[in-house]
Amino acid sequence: MSKPINDTPGPQHHGSLRSYIIGFSLSIALTVQAYLLVTTNAISGAGLMYTILALAIVQLFVQLFFFLHLDKATRTSWNLLAFIFMVTVVCIVAFGSLWIMQNLDYHMNPAETDTHIQQEERITR
Amino acid sequence: MKSLNLTPLPDVTSDKTVLGFWIYLMTDLVLFATLFATYAVLQGNTNGGSGSRELFSLPFVLTETLILLTSSFTCGLAMLAAQKRDKAQLIFWMVVTAFLGLTFLGMEISEFSMLVQEGNNWQRSGFLSAFFTLVGTHGLHISVGLLWIGVLVFKTVKDGLSDGLLKRFVLLSLFWHLLDIVWIFIFTIVYLMGAA
Repeated sequence: MSKPINDTPGPQHHGSLRSYIIGFSLSIALTVQAYLLVTTNAISGAGLMYTILALAIVQLFVQLFFFLHLDKATRTSWNLLAFIFMVTVVCIVAFGSLWIMQNLDYHMNPAETDTHIQQEERITR
Repeated sequence: MKSLNLTPLPDVTSDKTVLGFWIYLMTDLVLFATLFATYAVLQGNTNGGSGSRELFSLPFVLTETLILLTSSFTCGLAMLAAQKRDKAQLIFWMVVTAFLGLTFLGMEISEFSMLVQEGNNWQRSGFLSAFFTLVGTHGLHISVGLLWIGVLVFKTVKDGLSDGLLKRFVLLSLFWHLLDIVWIFIFTIVYLMGAA
């Protein structure tokens, strides 16, 4: 509660009507865009996956900026540091799990283990 | 602003209570990340049952998403009213937010009960266990948020708008916005990617 909120320009951490409307419109546009890409089959396969995931990540930043006001004024704050730490942990947990499980699938699938060992790793009895 | 000696709303970047709550929210997101990872790993393990393509209705989920997104927006409008110390407008937008949140929760419960009635409950397969855990945890957070809105609105009507209550409204708005962000990822990863 150090700085009073007044009408002079400066950090406004609770946003303005304009910022909420921009954030809301952008979020709707991004959501509907991702939905239409999937329902109209405009692109398919891995390209579609990456595109809709990218749209979700763009929307994450739109909402962080316009709804949660994590912007330039918060650049040096602990909030931002905690957020960056959280993103790091989330990436390690999510991508690490997928990586490990895929690796386990590859090495421990009983039906295919012998084939993998012999053909792909070039190990023979 | 009419009077200059009003205490301002807690500054999101320097208030200790807000920082503490923010750190809780970050750990909450780590919890969701573990559930997302579990879902991503178990997604294909349908144990011979139906997969996400057969089970989910995209137009229904899009409606849910837009309702929650609108509730996040009205929650923002409530915070603008709080900034102006406008008690009537704050209560109005909070009630609208709660109404939209309740509609969202109702749609989610009806989706769950439909799945369970068709025999696709959480005991059916690893995929469905992970699905119900992830989406159910989000629904639980929404329920807690609704209860919180109810308590704060009740206290505001009863005791008037104090600085302590305003601070709690700020924390509530952070909670509600982050639940919306989590839902964007549920919508994308569970529903859109499941149907693609």
